Amino acid sequence: MVACRAIGILSRFSAFRILRSRGYICRNFTGSSALLTRTHINYGVKGDVAVVRINSPNSKVNTLSKELHSEFTEVMNEIWASDQIRSAVLISSKPGCFIAGADINMLSACKTLQEVTQLSQEAQRILEKLEKSPKPVVAAINGSCLGGGLELAISCQYRIATKDRKTVLGVPEVLLGALPGAGGTQRLPKMVGVPAALDMMLTGRNIRADRAKKMGLVDQLVEPLGPGLKPPEERTMEYLEEVAITFAKGLADKKISPKRDKGLVEKLTAYAMTIPFVRQQVYKKVEEKVRKQTKGLYPAPLKIIDVVKTGIEQGSDAGYLSESQKFGELIMTKESKALMGLYHGQVLCKKNKFGAPQKDVKLNDKVKKKALTSFERDSIFSNLTGQLDYQGFEKADMVIEAVFEDLSLKHRVLKEVEAVIPDHCIFASNTSALPISEIAAVSKRPEKVIGMHYFSPVDKMQLLEIITTEKTSRDTSASAVAVGLKQGKVIIVVKDGPGFYTTRCLAPMMSEVIRILQEGVDPKKLDSLTTSFGFPVGAATLVDEVGVDVAKHVAEDLGKVFGERFGGGNPELLTQMVSKGFLGRKSGKGFYIYQEGVKRKDLNSDMDSILASLKLPPNSEVSSDEDIQFRLVTRFVNEAVMCLQEGILATPAEGDIGAVFGLGFPPCLGGPFRFVDLYGAQKIVDRLKKYEAAYGKQFTPCQLLADHANSPNKKFYQ
Amino acid sequence: MTTILAYPFKNLPTTSKWALRFAIRPLSCSSQLRAAPAVQTKTKKTLAKPNIRNVVVVDGVRTPFLLSGTSYKDLMPHDLARAALTGLLHRTSVPKEVVDYIIFGTVIQEVKTSNVAREAALGAGFSDKTPAHTVTMACISANQAMTTGVGLIASGQCDVIVAGGVELMSDVPIRHSRKMRKLMLDLNKAKSMGQRLSLISKFRLNFLAPELPAVAEFSTSETMGHSADRLAAAFAVSRLEQDEYALRSHSLAKKAQDEGLLSDIVPFKVPGKDTVTKDNGIRPSSLEQMAKLKPAFIKPYGTVTAANSSFLTDGASAILIMAEEKALAMGYKPKAYLRDFMYVSQDPKDQLLLGPTYATPKVLEKAGLTMNDIDAFEFHEAFSGQILANFKAMDSDWFAENYMGRKTKVGLPPLEKFNNWGGSLSLGHPFGATGCRLVMAAANRLRKEGGQYGLVAACAAGGQGHAMIVEAYPK
Repeated sequence: MVACRAIGILSRFSAFRILRSRGYICRNFTGSSALLTRTHINYGVKGDVAVVRINSPNSKVNTLSKELHSEFTEVMNEIWASDQIRSAVLISSKPGCFIAGADINMLSACKTLQEVTQLSQEAQRILEKLEKSPKPVVAAINGSCLGGGLELAISCQYRIATKDRKTVLGVPEVLLGALPGAGGTQRLPKMVGVPAALDMMLTGRNIRADRAKKMGLVDQLVEPLGPGLKPPEERTMEYLEEVAITFAKGLADKKISPKRDKGLVEKLTAYAMTIPFVRQQVYKKVEEKVRKQTKGLYPAPLKIIDVVKTGIEQGSDAGYLSESQKFGELIMTKESKALMGLYHGQVLCKKNKFGAPQKDVKLNDKVKKKALTSFERDSIFSNLTGQLDYQGFEKADMVIEAVFEDLSLKHRVLKEVEAVIPDHCIFASNTSALPISEIAAVSKRPEKVIGMHYFSPVDKMQLLEIITTEKTSRDTSASAVAVGLKQGKVIIVVKDGPGFYTTRCLAPMMSEVIRILQEGVDPKKLDSLTTSFGFPVGAATLVDEVGVDVAKHVAEDLGKVFGERFGGGNPELLTQMVSKGFLGRKSGKGFYIYQEGVKRKDLNSDMDSILASLKLPPNSEVSSDEDIQFRLVTRFVNEAVMCLQEGILATPAEGDIGAVFGLGFPPCLGGPFRFVDLYGAQKIVDRLKKYEAAYGKQFTPCQLLADHANSPNKKFYQ
Repeated sequence: MTTILAYPFKNLPTTSKWALRFAIRPLSCSSQLRAAPAVQTKTKKTLAKPNIRNVVVVDGVRTPFLLSGTSYKDLMPHDLARAALTGLLHRTSVPKEVVDYIIFGTVIQEVKTSNVAREAALGAGFSDKTPAHTVTMACISANQAMTTGVGLIASGQCDVIVAGGVELMSDVPIRHSRKMRKLMLDLNKAKSMGQRLSLISKFRLNFLAPELPAVAEFSTSETMGHSADRLAAAFAVSRLEQDEYALRSHSLAKKAQDEGLLSDIVPFKVPGKDTVTKDNGIRPSSLEQMAKLKPAFIKPYGTVTAANSSFLTDGASAILIMAEEKALAMGYKPKAYLRDFMYVSQDPKDQLLLGPTYATPKVLEKAGLTMNDIDAFEFHEAFSGQILANFKAMDSDWFAENYMGRKTKVGLPPLEKFNNWGGSLSLGHPFGATGCRLVMAAANRLRKEGGQYGLVAACAAGGQGHAMIVEAYPK
């Protein structure tokens, strides 16, 4: 579907971007560990300062694994025991990463709650010892310092961070349905204050170094260096180490105080938080907000508040205990499994399975939200030109066409473009439903034609659906994926077919939306039913956002191809809306009325007559709130599974990523395939059969789904 | 351009053993070497080019360079520029009507005299028929004024040019905020009382917050001192090295001042005050004293301090350049030729102050010279750390290969030929005027110390740089 405004999900899940790009995961979960040589941590002594270097082998990132934990304990014990050493610096040997977090595989490998809780308690113990270190320890942070990495850093006596773009601090556990389980819930509130700590833990947001300094999360900043006598990154790390050593010495000599001067506002906040009544109000307020936003679908945020509260009200012993227990409980939840599954899927969809393209993709990949000065913006914009002719196309390596969804128009553009572009140039069409093979039918070189389906708003939606035809060459695919990755997209590659994957899944659900509206369910009620199921945007609102005309267009096109299975609601509803000019948000009226500057959405009363004229009698057997929710979701899921069955989708993981990041499928369910695994194929098939009895073929479970229902051991994710 | 330093080390004692030792070492070296190039000179080719007019420096002068906020503080920039111009007229006795064109460089513009060249020329009694324009290119503005003149002469458009530069940091334009300016401009246009009142009702107290002239690089929002500190760190230049270099600059400047070598200075009678005859920023101190200063930019662990940075300076300079045949026809004995020059630019963030490193090899190649051919180096000293970082960059094969596209390093300028009469760190650095001082220092040193070629180089805000070959005029 062309547009899918899923702001809710995006604001919640934007930190995934960092997770995936930095790699929250450790792939070197090796069982072998030699006794004397340390593989993850080493240290050297400079003067009386021990410089401890973290370097997970064979990995781009450092992760807190069992090996790293035990080596860290060994090293610290040696440092504490040594007479020559008076202080220590903790630094990573990897320029882009301090520690990216705990090893997810280590957590997933845990079978029981006790196992997870024990892991948490071990980490708590190590960090508590570090916090009470008699010799000052300075954390020198360059690159991502996330999750357990930040928990480690805040257990040190002093923190110095580079002001690099790559340096981000945060506790993103909530995005994986968990909580900071190594003392973070207890230390963060003390360090940055309860409100800021809750904000960090509940949103999982990444904090850049300068902001972290202001919050008191780090004590000093180091500016990244430019070229000198060595490559900038290398010298910056050296410089960071030099500065950290100076401060470590200063701390050991008591020339520098680890205490920080707090600002007036901070002092006032801290004072206010000493008043029990104020604290209760803060907890209450935050809880209310969390309940409203998560609609009870995500258990982690409430547990985080609970654990923080326990620590503050009942002391840190109770806090640590509660933290480790709740951590274990959360890791065991379906939601956490779904979210971790999404995370893994996202890592997968950030790779180019076609290999490197022949032509390099030269795009500036520094572009990041809010990370640009106006000057940088200007210089990037200077690479763009707008024009109404084909001048310069003879030098293009790739053309992405995004004209209106009309096959003859697309054909015309394709022919005009092919007349001017060089032989190697790739032609990509941005379409939401027109089959690429039909577009490529008029091409002189169909191996160079590919589909690139962007989702609107393009700057916010992470998904890119790439559509290959049977003729599309491997290099064409590799190039399209490479361009998408440079644009920062999460990419699924699907086979050509009407509606590809995303639009095809959405279409039957939209048809059901129309039927439900025809059956007399109020659009507002429908919206609240869908959002309370976990969709970021209500179903009726979604139609308005996408554009009623677009929805009609797609419904007609796909209706023609798939026939009765895509039936249900009467497309006449959309036709009448279009003829009255109710095109949704863009025309000011759809199911709702949209006015500039007015946030409140009122129902469009002119819709009443249209709905009345098409009214269907509701079937009370299948019209409970839950049934309505499941009628929508099961049609979606059934179609998704059918796409896998037909080979449109290569893997279930891509199906889940496409559904969550492109269509706003509830992240807490992890995507249609994860949902089938966790909820149970049999239960879904039962539901489908019940609705099939009421409505017919549209709900007939597809073969693959039926197979899964018949053999309970069959899972999409083994 | 350097940065605003709150306390240009006023408190430092003036002499110490260190200072003396520093002053003596380089000089003793240079005295040994002085003889050699003098002998060599005769065998060297001159850089004249066929079919291109030779451009000569007849002479050049400057006002004393003063710490801003001292004796010049009540003047306007064109007053200082005027002093340089009249000084030049006096020194060269050039008839005013002979001057074809006047070009001045300046950086922080006084809005009332945005074409300060014209205002100063009129005030200095030049013919009102002599056109004048003002150029700006940060710290190499005066260099740009001179090379613009060189171009005009070489292309045959003009014969006689006065180039110069001026900066008055004692007074800088401080503006109303954008909001306030908008309100004031709208008020100007308002016709009725009602319109006026409704505009005034939009006034908020924060409109009154003033806007200071940016000392930061516009493209990166980074102040120059901050960038210099990072540059020093990137090249692993220590605090001690920087302090030592600054001390060298001050000691050499003091010696040059005492020996009367700074002959380009013309005294300036400040209206209503005393006559200023010498630079007042030269303060040789001791390393111990300098070590006590706190970092000025990257706090608390940076290495650039007030003592190893150039200070905010007021001053003006002017130089008379002519086509060689014109100068000879007028009976002048020129001091030097202005030969090949080069402007370069690079990354304004991480290589802001590396202009000399890039410009030096290019201008040498263009002129067909090598580092060994140069007898007098005059580099602009924005910061000790900047000079030393440039040295390290010029001495690094790695840097040359990876950033300059060269196979081998540029090579170090020998310290005994380098800024022997002090530099911007000690003499001062009025942004728009330093270029002419560098050229005159090179020319005067060549005359005094012997030798044929001088190399002038400077870095500038915006990541730009400049270098020029100055050739001694045969005696």
